Amino acid sequence: MPIHTRLADDGDTLVIRIEGRFDFSTHQAFRDAYEHGGSKVDRYVIDLSDTTYLDSSALGMLLLLRDHAGGDSSRISIRNCNNDVRRILAISNFEQLFAIK
Amino acid sequence: MTPSCLRILIADDSDSDRLILKTLLCRLGHRVQAARDGAEAVELFRREGADLVLLDALMPRMDGMEAAREIKSLAGDRLVPVIFLTSLSDAEDLARCLASGGDDFLTKPYNRIILDAKLKAFDRMRRMHEALAEQHALARERNRQLLDEQTTARRVFDNVAHTGCLDAANIRYHASPLSIFNGDVLFASPRPDGGLLVFLGDFTGHGLPAAMGAMPVAEIFYGMAAKGFSGADVLREINQKLKRILPIGMFCCGAMLEVDFKAGQIGIWNGGLPEGWLFRAGASPRPLPSRHLPLGILPPEQFRADLTAYPASTGDTVLLMTDGVLECQASDGTLFGEAGVRRCLRRRQQGEHPFDVVFQAMADFSHRAREADDLTLFSLDMIDRTGLALRPEPGESSALSGPSEWRCEYEVRGSTLAEFNPLPLLLHICMEVPGLRARSGEVYLLLSELYNNALEHGILRLPSDWKRSPDGFGQYYRERQRRLAEVSDHGIVFRLHHARKPWGGRLRVTCEDTGDGFDHANHPVARDSGPVGDGPRYAGRGLMLLKRLARTVTFHGRGNCVEIVYDWRLPSAPSITDGCPPPAAGGRDD
Repeated sequence: MPIHTRLADDGDTLVIRIEGRFDFSTHQAFRDAYEHGGSKVDRYVIDLSDTTYLDSSALGMLLLLRDHAGGDSSRISIRNCNNDVRRILAISNFEQLFAIK
Repeated sequence: MTPSCLRILIADDSDSDRLILKTLLCRLGHRVQAARDGAEAVELFRREGADLVLLDALMPRMDGMEAAREIKSLAGDRLVPVIFLTSLSDAEDLARCLASGGDDFLTKPYNRIILDAKLKAFDRMRRMHEALAEQHALARERNRQLLDEQTTARRVFDNVAHTGCLDAANIRYHASPLSIFNGDVLFASPRPDGGLLVFLGDFTGHGLPAAMGAMPVAEIFYGMAAKGFSGADVLREINQKLKRILPIGMFCCGAMLEVDFKAGQIGIWNGGLPEGWLFRAGASPRPLPSRHLPLGILPPEQFRADLTAYPASTGDTVLLMTDGVLECQASDGTLFGEAGVRRCLRRRQQGEHPFDVVFQAMADFSHRAREADDLTLFSLDMIDRTGLALRPEPGESSALSGPSEWRCEYEVRGSTLAEFNPLPLLLHICMEVPGLRARSGEVYLLLSELYNNALEHGILRLPSDWKRSPDGFGQYYRERQRRLAEVSDHGIVFRLHHARKPWGGRLRVTCEDTGDGFDHANHPVARDSGPVGDGPRYAGRGLMLLKRLARTVTFHGRGNCVEIVYDWRLPSAPSITDGCPPPAAGGRDD
């Protein structure tokens, strides 16, 4: 499974790490990851340190997570992007919706 | 499984063996046809068919193996099990029976229990094969239906999402469909003022869902562009529509390009597409990067639709692309990327068209490998004239039906000046006069010249000569934005009056603003015959345009009120009637 989740900060934060390609093939696994994250979770960290590629359906999945986490009041940060991944997030101006570090 | 009655064909040249087998099979409940040799068996099979065939291996005329080959070929896709009856016991002989197309063998003398078991086993196999073949045929039929439906849907789609004026000589594009419907859309429409509006979009996903999203975008784009709405207005409408209809997670990356050939400028909005490029003579290519979120994500109140303006003149080129261009893959899996685009543009030779350069570099890079994503590449060359005219609406039967005697007053005040463009509304009112419809371009041009001059020079007091230098150009639009945000107690009033004439009609438009005006009485351009240059309010170009199109242009008050009279003629109208000379310039049929 290329998606790993763990809880941090006493179970408030759900860290989702995606390995390899973040695209439509990870759709169900990614959704399961945040839907079954735990009831206490109110913060999300998407760790892309092992993500080699990200396409527009991944952007769509991030929007779904954002909606799940409360839309404008959601707290989601995206971390450790490589240059290619950061470039794709930048073209789509997703820094307006997510904290990209 | 219920024991079934099979139609069995048997062939044996020994009369006694044949009779024994036939009796045995009949007792097991099957219907039997018997032949004396291979040739007769083939003939019987051809005539009557069978579910299962039992052949003696050695027979005169045609032996069992030859007959098996014939019967298998006659059966085609159907599975007709062929079982050899033999007293042979040599392994090689038995193997040869199977090699010739037989499915199994039975050794004489027959054992009733084994025979029955084998028949049942082959019947199961036969039924399974039949079921598979049926499902396969069904799947093939479903697929054919689906393709038919998609082809029909495609026709509907193409009617709505047509290519507009993409066939214009100054436009080039390449679009690759990934499936019947492509996730990319490309629309272009002339604007009533002679300009052009282009929208390039890339929906997440492709196929039907993408096409469903593309339909309303096409409707909105073509509907609003022809009515004179600006690129920003169209973007706002598309965004709020997509936000409403698309499921979360689906959106449309896009770019809106608004071209004003007359004023020599373009406006661009890029939300999520790879950077576009502007090529100007004597300058290095200028990137047009994505500065906005894609369409369909932000709610209307957070959406920003302002286009960035750049000067562009004849011979300059704008290049736009979707991310399929960047995702072209080389055989080793590396991507073309923005770096690939920049690299080939850097190496561009003088005289090479940017479109050709990128297209060629892309083709060389990917070695004609299958394009991974939807891919659209688009370029537009700035041209000297307003060569793209709106197509007149067909079927204007009576030019004088509809409202032809009316007057109205419309005032835009305060902060509404910054938020609302009244031109489409005013044009819409004028276009209710059927005879004026064919002249929507001229009418729009008159209204927009009056409005822009009243707003930009009358109220915002922006000097038009700023727009002459590249730096000033940017300053002009920044200042326009800033001053617009501060407008509070100003306003612009339009008074429109249309009257019917025997030779056509007369539209009188007065546009009055609350600005300071200017000394029109002593200004050479405002008075007749003066040399063409910039006035304090009207740039020479704008005023000359008004003068060329309208029968008269008159300044009133302190120069803050302009009145124009625009005459239009029916195509068949006699040249002079009503003591009123037909307009010299106003109603020219170009």
